[in-house]
Amino acid sequence: MAGIGSGRRAGRLALKAAAGVALAYILTPLVFVTWLAFFRQEIPSFPPEGYSLRWFEAIWGNDRFVSGFLLSLELAVIATSIGLLLGLPAALCLARFGFRGHELMSSLLLLPLVVPGIVLGIALYVFHVEAEIATGLPLVGSLGGLIGGHVLIVIPWTVRLVSASLAGLDRSIEEAAQSLGADRLTTFRRVTLPAIRPGVVAAALFGFVTSFGNLEMSLFLVGPGRTTLPIAIIQYLEWKIDPTIAAVSVVQIALIAAAMLVTDHYVKLSRIL
Amino acid sequence: MARLKIDGVSKRYGEVVAIREVTLDVADGELVVLLGPSGCGKTTTLRVVAGFAEPSSGSVTLGGRDITALPPWKRNTGLVFQNYALFPHLTVAENVAFGLEMRKVEAAEAARRIGEVLRLVRLEPLAARLPRQLSGGQQQRVALARALVFHPDVLLLDEPLSNLDAKLRQDVRVEIRELQRTLALTTVMVTHDQEEALTMADRLVVMHDGEVRQVGTQQDLYERPKDRFVASFVGRSSFIEGEIVAPGRFRSAGGLMLAITAAPGGPATLALRPERLLIAPPPAAVDNNLPGVVEFVSYLGATVDLHVRLSAQERVVVEVPNRAGSQVPRVGEAVEVGWLADNGIVFAGAGP
Repeated sequence: MAGIGSGRRAGRLALKAAAGVALAYILTPLVFVTWLAFFRQEIPSFPPEGYSLRWFEAIWGNDRFVSGFLLSLELAVIATSIGLLLGLPAALCLARFGFRGHELMSSLLLLPLVVPGIVLGIALYVFHVEAEIATGLPLVGSLGGLIGGHVLIVIPWTVRLVSASLAGLDRSIEEAAQSLGADRLTTFRRVTLPAIRPGVVAAALFGFVTSFGNLEMSLFLVGPGRTTLPIAIIQYLEWKIDPTIAAVSVVQIALIAAAMLVTDHYVKLSRIL
Repeated sequence: MARLKIDGVSKRYGEVVAIREVTLDVADGELVVLLGPSGCGKTTTLRVVAGFAEPSSGSVTLGGRDITALPPWKRNTGLVFQNYALFPHLTVAENVAFGLEMRKVEAAEAARRIGEVLRLVRLEPLAARLPRQLSGGQQQRVALARALVFHPDVLLLDEPLSNLDAKLRQDVRVEIRELQRTLALTTVMVTHDQEEALTMADRLVVMHDGEVRQVGTQQDLYERPKDRFVASFVGRSSFIEGEIVAPGRFRSAGGLMLAITAAPGGPATLALRPERLLIAPPPAAVDNNLPGVVEFVSYLGATVDLHVRLSAQERVVVEVPNRAGSQVPRVGEAVEVGWLADNGIVFAGAGP
């Protein structure tokens, strides 16, 4: 018996060690970037010559970062909202109705997740150009075009996460509501939506993060004077390598971490992911 | 409460017939149990009444109102689900309030009725709890309270006790029955548990393969089952296949000649209830008395089941009371099994 017990303990230890290595692998770059952001010297080198907050101040002094941040924020909020408005009914249809092309539809809605961002960006750019020529509408580099692209990459997340929580939903509580006198809309509002709320919140969070951090696709969709934060960072890097970039990254990491913590406070993310 | 009439209702899903020509009349204040094995159509019948399954043909009338085409939310039926289906994000009181809110019952009146129904099911102290903080039995009572509070025309119970443990089930059975009697609720209950059905019902409906096999009281079904299925599903029976060779004479496939009550000739099945068979009876007291060998003994406490072989092809189960000092025959022992012709139930036609 002792042999089995110690074997199990060794197994558990090995599992913990493996998890630790994976975690360290994920966290190491974040730790270094954060550390770097507080270096005093301009050229990142080790060991640090001292520490300062000057690079964080530099962000606020840089117009491109500030306006990029605001645009990315606006874009992420709008794209996530539209993505939810489209993804939620789509997930409901997929979960509730069997119809011809059900599987195809389900795969198509997840497609933007697997198509490389560059490909997506080029495709949309070409589409915008062609559509602009055909219709005369100003599409290339427009805000509408940019939002449309971001909605596209948000939708797979909303569909997938809402679908997941719908799959775990006990249909009989909806029937209970109906037998108690609630019509379909009331049932959705009072019973279905509260029950899948964790999935909806998670969908919003992941949609937001995906849109906020998107670089590859956005490169093809931004126009003059309209730059998202990831693009502003890339452009800055073309000219300079100083810890400002690290500081910007830290701000981004902090923002996303805060969003996750706030979300987790309302719905336990570990229960959905 | 009101009278419920199900008239010639069939439900087909494509080629599959879930229920066929089900007709049933439930009187005001009556508790009718739909009894049958899984897949017999009893739940479909209940869902037709609740409005979740649209009948392919036939009609449903509730309190004189044809509700066949109405959606569930316009039917005023109180449905209790097998898994209770409580709203997980609402408290006990909010769960119960739901039906009243949907009917726009004024707040003071709603509060009074919620208090009343929670008192009735003894859940008042738990009104502020969430469903997950309740035991199975308590959740069951919330589901019942939620279905009763808006005074439904009919109460529908879908296997309401199957998720409770055996001990609790006995108590809840009595509780539901008393509540139903006190409030004179027209009730349809679905179950596959014959004991549950027998203890709770005013009348029972035995269903099999989507059809109603027999409707009647406990005595009707037990003493006068209409067919072999009912005889095997309600209570237990040993079956002997054979042929009626002369009025009152039955010859089994194994060659036994048995006395039966009068029935038309031809192939037939004889059903025998285990407790109506006697071991070593006084020969004058029985019409049939046959030698046999005990092949299996099952000790159940209050009673003992003896499986007795009467011929190469016939074996019967005899239930004997476990009296103090009585000698229970052992496996391999030769015994005599006897019964009155009246106690054999004859079904015309060959076996299954």
